[in-house]
Amino acid sequence: MDNQSNTTHLKREVLVRLVKAYLKNDLGKAVDKIPFEMRPKNAEVPFRCCIHKERAILRQRAIASLGHSVENDDEITMLSEYAQKAAEREKPDEDILTVVETACKGCVPSRVYVTDLCQGCVARPCVSACSFGAIEIKNGKSVIDGEKCRNCGKCMQVCPYSAIVKLKVPCEDACPVNAITKNEAGHAEIDFDKCISCGACVGACPFAAVHEKSQVFDILKQIHANKKVIAMVAPAIVGQLPVSVNKIAQGLIKIGFSEVYEVAQGADVTARTEAKDFQERMERGDEFMTTSCCAAYNELVEKHVTGLKPFRSETRTPMHYTAKIVKEEHPDAITVFVGPCVAKRKEAQKDEYTDFVINFEEMGALFVAFDVELAELEDYQFANEASKEGRNFAITGGVAESVKVASKDFTEIFPTCVDGLNPKSVREMKTWAKNGQCPLGNLVEVMACPGGCVGGSACLNNKRITTKKIHEYADASQNINDLETTNNK
Amino acid sequence: MEKISIEICLGTTCFVMGASKLQELETLIPAKYKELVDIKAATCLDLCKNTAYMKAPFVKVDGEVVSEATVEKILKIIESKING
Repeated sequence: MDNQSNTTHLKREVLVRLVKAYLKNDLGKAVDKIPFEMRPKNAEVPFRCCIHKERAILRQRAIASLGHSVENDDEITMLSEYAQKAAEREKPDEDILTVVETACKGCVPSRVYVTDLCQGCVARPCVSACSFGAIEIKNGKSVIDGEKCRNCGKCMQVCPYSAIVKLKVPCEDACPVNAITKNEAGHAEIDFDKCISCGACVGACPFAAVHEKSQVFDILKQIHANKKVIAMVAPAIVGQLPVSVNKIAQGLIKIGFSEVYEVAQGADVTARTEAKDFQERMERGDEFMTTSCCAAYNELVEKHVTGLKPFRSETRTPMHYTAKIVKEEHPDAITVFVGPCVAKRKEAQKDEYTDFVINFEEMGALFVAFDVELAELEDYQFANEASKEGRNFAITGGVAESVKVASKDFTEIFPTCVDGLNPKSVREMKTWAKNGQCPLGNLVEVMACPGGCVGGSACLNNKRITTKKIHEYADASQNINDLETTNNK
Repeated sequence: MEKISIEICLGTTCFVMGASKLQELETLIPAKYKELVDIKAATCLDLCKNTAYMKAPFVKVDGEVVSEATVEKILKIIESKING
């Protein structure tokens, strides 16, 4: 995510140190020392109240990086014991996110607040604007009665001095489905029955208190057991690092993956299947169809907007089709999806062909820990080609466009995009479900992250740059319909 | 006056540890300084292999190494060089 360099730096450094310890075959003392080595005696305390708190937070970040829930931490268990448990577990935990409690500031509850800028004016528009009688003048200044205030914000709009503000809790504010709230202790807590794994809270917290539970060690274990571990790289990988996608893929081979597949290949299958599905639905008289490739959107439909189920395409995701191709070609392979997305972890748990997921940040940390200098590597040659349209899936509008192109002669297509899930777009989709129609078009692409997958919470590079790089890469590729003809020859 | 040379390491370690943000230096630099600096992207400067990696990302300003570089840090150095 943009503008969070201090926090991403911390997360990545912890992971790099853990992987280095693993590679030295030292998950004992070396791991226990990580918080102390990152904040040694007399070191500067850049962010928190004291060095002890910084170390405590680093310790809990390490717990999350080892794939455990910080919520269950008793603060006695040593990091080396957590590392041991990570090495021994058969499969990753079901809940994919965890709140690093010591890092969570426990922001003050979201509310409307009168600041010192209040001039105690005579007009008092805030008092008259309030429909709940929540504002009184005390000692010449406006004061809000928290019991009566409903946080409507009308007083903020009418104050001539802009003296009234809304205090936000960034994670709560970012969550499109109210799944993260503060518990009695004042710390953020995720309700996994409601959570759609979109990762908005991960990117929004300025303290980086929401972590993904990493599967890096589960994957390293498979690689070191000499299993055939195959990486499937999401289309958003292009431009994540300042080298070609072929060099990034070769970097994955250096780490120990046996082969690398482009998920864009599966995206081609998604596009063609979805085009057929769309045509059938339109011919039987449906009002609209939504895409089905975004894992967070799929969870949203299952948990919160069930009325959209009949309108959502039955097509499976690019990750699913790619993993299926891999397992058909290599039945003994372990499949690892590499992407920018939190929700894919959840999807992978249900997918019959995908075994593990790592994100781009974790991939980057692996490159650092393995001393891989990508620019020096040769180009990896992907065994299979993918189309221009499949390679554009990571950018908002790309999926709808691919369905349009793959529909060939069927031209009654009016694509529209939901570019990012937030309370407003979720409300809008609920009305489409209720009315059985979408006023914006008949093919609705839904992307949980603004900008598409390139806006995912675990991206390494700025989405402006990656969007440009993906377009360049896609433009040099074959059209999806021509590619089909070439492959059938 | 000779231009101040800025070399931003875009090697893999530096990039992952934060150089992705340093790419924006060119757009964030105040207009009055633009003519006075020469910003270049460098391939791995080999600094990550000599010192501990946590010092990445690295930038060289007139040949001098700045570790744990941020846009703010570099802008400050440029300013002090110009204003003496």
